[in-house]
This record gives sequence, C-alpha cells and structure tokens, in this order.
Amino acid sequence: MMHKREWIYGWLFLSPALVFLFTFTHYPAVTTVISSFFSTPKGRRPAKFIGLENYQALIQDDVFWKVLLNNFWFALGTIPISIGLALLMALWVNSHLKGKTLSRVAFFAPTVLPLIAVANIWLFFYTPGFGLIDQFRSGLFGLPAINLLGNPDTVLAAMIVVAIWKEAGFFMIFYLAALQSVPPVLKEAADVEGASSFYYLRKVLLPLLMPTTLFVSINAVINSFRLVDHIFVMTEGGPDNASSLLLYYIYETAFKYWQSGYAATLTVVLLILLSILAIGQFFLFDRKIHYK
Amino acid sequence: MKPLGTLRTGIASMALMMGMASTAFAVDLEFYFPVAVGGKAADTIQALTDEYVAANSGVNIDAVYAGSYGDTVTKALTASRGGKPPQLSVILSVDMFTLIDEEVIMPFDELIETDDDKAWLESFYPAFMENSQTGGKTYGIPFQRSTPVLYWNKEAFAEAGLDPDTPPATWEETIEMGKKLVKKDSDGNVTRWGVRIPSSGFPYWLFQGLTTQNDVILANSDGNETYFDDPKVAEALQYLVDLSTKHEVMAPGIIEWGATPKAFFEGQTAMMWTSTGNLTNVRENAPFDFGVGLLPGNKRRGAPTGGGNFYIFAESSDEQKKAAFDFVKWITQPAQAAKWTIATGYVAPGPATWETEEMKAYTADFAPALVARDQLEFAVAELSTYENQRVTAVFNDALAAAITGAKSVEEALAEAQEKADAILKDYR
Repeated sequence: MMHKREWIYGWLFLSPALVFLFTFTHYPAVTTVISSFFSTPKGRRPAKFIGLENYQALIQDDVFWKVLLNNFWFALGTIPISIGLALLMALWVNSHLKGKTLSRVAFFAPTVLPLIAVANIWLFFYTPGFGLIDQFRSGLFGLPAINLLGNPDTVLAAMIVVAIWKEAGFFMIFYLAALQSVPPVLKEAADVEGASSFYYLRKVLLPLLMPTTLFVSINAVINSFRLVDHIFVMTEGGPDNASSLLLYYIYETAFKYWQSGYAATLTVVLLILLSILAIGQFFLFDRKIHYK
Repeated sequence: MKPLGTLRTGIASMALMMGMASTAFAVDLEFYFPVAVGGKAADTIQALTDEYVAANSGVNIDAVYAGSYGDTVTKALTASRGGKPPQLSVILSVDMFTLIDEEVIMPFDELIETDDDKAWLESFYPAFMENSQTGGKTYGIPFQRSTPVLYWNKEAFAEAGLDPDTPPATWEETIEMGKKLVKKDSDGNVTRWGVRIPSSGFPYWLFQGLTTQNDVILANSDGNETYFDDPKVAEALQYLVDLSTKHEVMAPGIIEWGATPKAFFEGQTAMMWTSTGNLTNVRENAPFDFGVGLLPGNKRRGAPTGGGNFYIFAESSDEQKKAAFDFVKWITQPAQAAKWTIATGYVAPGPATWETEEMKAYTADFAPALVARDQLEFAVAELSTYENQRVTAVFNDALAAAITGAKSVEEALAEAQEKADAILKDYR
C-alpha cells in the first residue's frame, strides 16, 4: 500500500508540469504533424487528406531552400561568435577591475531590452545617409552612404550583428555564474605550480565550464531558429527573401498567405531540424564534459 | 394569497419580458480598425464611434484598435476561423478577394433597400469602387483611402536653378531635373539625390504608379489573372532600375519606406513619392517650402489607389448587419468624412465631402490636399487578386531582385508571372 501511495504522490507532483507540456508542446506538435498531410481549409471547404503533396511542394519551393540556407548562415554567424564573446565578457567582468558593475550592466542591457524596440534603434543605425553608421563613415572617412539593409549581399550579415549583440550578454550571465562557482583554490594551486594564465584557462577553466557551454550552445542553436522579431521590424525578410529565416517564412505562410497546411509542413521540418541538432549536441559534447 | 401569487408571477414575467425586450433592442457590434499613420486616426475613429452611439441608443459599438493593416486582417480571419468574427472591420481594399475566398464577408447589395441607399452607393469616386466591387457586387465601402503623390522641395529646386513651382510632369523630366538636383560633396559622395521612390516591404504599390503611367494594368478585375510579364511592365521596371543605375538620380538598392519622409526633411532627396497619408506629417515637419503634385506621367498620368475599406462580416445576426450597415452609411456621410479627412490626410471618398464648408475651409488653407482628389481621375485599382498576399509577395520579390540587380528585369518578371499563374490556376 505504501508503495502505491508513493506512486500516486509522484504523479501528483509531476502533473502540473505534465499538463502544461502536453497542452502547449506535445499536443500542438502532434496536430502539426497531422495537419501537414492535409490541405488548407478555405471558407466552408474543410481540409482534406492529401498525403505527401505538401512535402512535394516543399521540395519544389525555392523560397524554402533559400530561407533554409539563410538560416544555416545565420546560425553559423551567430552561434560561435556570440558564445565566444559571452565567454570573453564573462572573464572580463569576473576579473577584479574597476567599473566591473558598470560593464556587467552594459553587457547585460541588450538582453533586457525587447528585441522589437532594439530593432527600431538598429534600423536607425543602418539607415543610409543619415544613420549612425553613415554619419561615422562620411564624417570621419569621407566614405559614400552605404545601404546595408537594401542590398541582398549585406542584409543577412546586418541581421546577424543585431542577433549577436542581443544574445552575447545573455550567455555571459551563465558563464559568469559558472566562473564564480569555480573554487579559488584551483587558481592558487595553478599559481604555485607556475602555470601561465593561458594554461590555467585552457586546462582548468574551460573544462570546468563545459556543462555551461553545452547549455549555452543548445540555447544558441534554438535561438538561431527562434530569433526573428527584428526581421519583422527591419526588413520583412527582404530584399527578395535575402534576410528571411525559416520561422519568419512559417509565419508568413501561416498568417499572411493563410496556407496553414503548408505552414504545418514547414513547421515539421523545423521540429525535425531542432531535434536532430539538440540530440547531436548531447552526443557530441557528452564525452567532453566533466560534471562535478 | 392567491391574487398576490398571481401578481408576483405577473411582475416577474413582465420583468422577464422587459429584460428580453431590452436585449433584443440593444445591438452589440464589434468593429476592428487598423492605424497605419499614427495616433490621430485612432482618436478620430473613437470619437466618431462615440458620437454615433450617443445618437443611436440601442446600438453599442466596441471599436477595437487591431494594429497595422496586416495585423487587422490576420486578427479578423483568425477570429472568424475561431467562430467569433467582428461584425465590422476596416481592412485593406486589396484583401477583398481573400475575404470572399474565406467566405467571411457579405455583399452590401443585400442590405440596400431604399433609393437613398442606392444613391449612397453611387456617391463614391469610381477609382475607389474598382477595388470594392467584383462580379457585379459591392463588398467594400471606401473609407481610409489614399493615393501616392509627388512631394518636392522648393528650396532645392531654386538652388538647382529650376522653377520651384514646376515639378516634373514626365518620366524624362524626372531624369533631367533629377540630374540637376543631385548634389555631391568634395569627396564625390552624393549628399542629395534627385528623387526617392521607396521600395522596401511592398514595392509593388509605387511601382504600380509607373505601370499605370506606361498604360498597362497588372491584374484583371476578376482577380484571377496577372500580366507581370507584359513588355510594358518590363519597360516600367527598367525605368525604375535605370533611375539608380544608369541615370544616377536615385539612391541604389532597396529604399526604406519609413525613413523616406525623414530623408526628405533632411534634404537627402529633393523629391519623394509617398502616400497622401503623409500630408499632415510633411506639413508639420518639413523645415522648407514644399510642393505636392501629381505623379509624373509617361504614356498617360497614373497612380494606384490604396488603403482600407469597410467590410461587413457574414456571420452576424440580421439586426447586427442592419446596424453595421447603418453605421457605415453614417460615417461615410460628408460631415463625418470631412472630419476624418482633415484629421488624417486620407482622401475623402466622395465628391460631396469636398463641397462641405469644413473641407472648403481646410483646402483653402492647405491647397496640397486637393492634389490627391485631382489625381483620382487618373487612378486605377490597386493590385488585388485571389490569394492576394501570396501573389503580391511573389511580385515584390521579383521587383526587389531586379532593383538590387540580382536578376534581370525580364527574368524576374517572367518568373513572377509563372509563380502567379501556378497560384491562381485554381481560380480560373
């Protein structure tokens, strides 16, 4: 009887989280997969089963391939740089320098600001002619106006910069917390042994930070698919989809073009991609991580 | 005890009947409206709605600010799919086919009863009705409508040795004058461009000005056929591209809509094409003397119309439909429409509005407001088809590709036509 009752307690404790997970994660995911095999309902015409037609359309959709490639470059551009920067900033504000509170606040500020508001500020930075960047360019170097957002070759890079600026401070917080939990005796021991600072960083600190790096890198990967707010404000995916990302394209398909069946198909692709990436990261990093 | 009991029942049933009666007379309407040009529009809508409700007891109108045009149509369609549509909404005129296709709106013809109603339906500018009617029925009533016009900086014109009161009237003159207006600094960098035709987000709208001037339309009135690969469309696009690349009178690349008025105020461009919705903004913020004129012509003068219409939603009770219809009739009457136009700069939808005392006083004080009206004579329907958002997205992508030089004009337009054909084939 005791065992049985404990079993009930267990489920009771789990149930709040389970209910939310099922309502907002598992159930929508399953219905999305189901919807991807149906046509889009229009007016009084209900959705009908069309098998793999949506997936065939997906393969032939050159915009899909373009946004997927964009997303690849966006991920490649944002993930390593924002993690690297986060680590550098964390090491910087963890050292005993003057004004470290001020720099902590400065580094963390972008995270607190809503991305929509921030995107409007960046829009001003990038504005050709009288934007901040152009004022520097023409004032200091006498260079001509540059239209970063209006050129398909530069627009994605401009979006990547905004994302890095937004994310690095957030990741820094995790690294900072991890750094502060590193026992000072390790540093003292390293000093006694005559190890250089760089050796200490490479052989002691970085391995100890690996669990944080795994956590941060999974978040960075998810964010590289999730962060699209600034695209709404700054480019709407243009010019000619040069700055459109997968999630933004899903939004357009579902709520602008009202192709809900096809949008479900795109979402399935996003789900699969994210699952593969998350699982891959666990396996890749697992061997290199020292959990205390 | 018995009589008292009967009395009680009587009172109770009377109270019940009165309660039912009052719910039967009070009609609740939900009304979504978008704001595209700033705060004054929202206040004016709210004030007009309150005025109507005060004068018509028994009607409650809940005016809901629903965001941008895009947000509003998304909200209205989502609410309809969820079974709780608004009864009334202002939505882009070009979304008419989408709303019909989703079977959420109803034609006004079903609510027209008296000769007065018929006369009212005839009282709008035909240019605005083109986007409001299809298949012989009227689905939208013009309200929040605009058209693009040419704004020019008179000081810059004088400085360049041009007559400050004469804007370019043709494509060629735009190039000639533009070349004189371009100003460069000692490093050879351009500090003032001749003209600015914004192309971010929805380049098709202003581009439609060019195609109309080149005497070609982009889509048929049934909304199931586009003519993107017409040689005259290609010619118009080539002209737009050449303004930057060949004649160098316009900044290269995609030009941002939002920054355009600011660039004009800052003297970064001597002329700009933008909506009449900016009239009040320019009037208040331009630090120099400016002019407002018709868009220059080529084979003819021409411009698209734009903006929003009133739609009545099909899933409403008969009382609600009647009340919504009555409200639309009231708010588009000259007295109300004049208030609206003066507060926002939107073009008054019918000739009678321009004859009101308020409007006469307004235009006497601010003549540029008349330009929009005069241009309506040359205006055509804004590009609108079934699956409108998808078709215009395809077209916008093609325009962006040509403007940024990623594709040739012919290649981009041929591809767009092919994609539009694929999307529209089910509607033919």
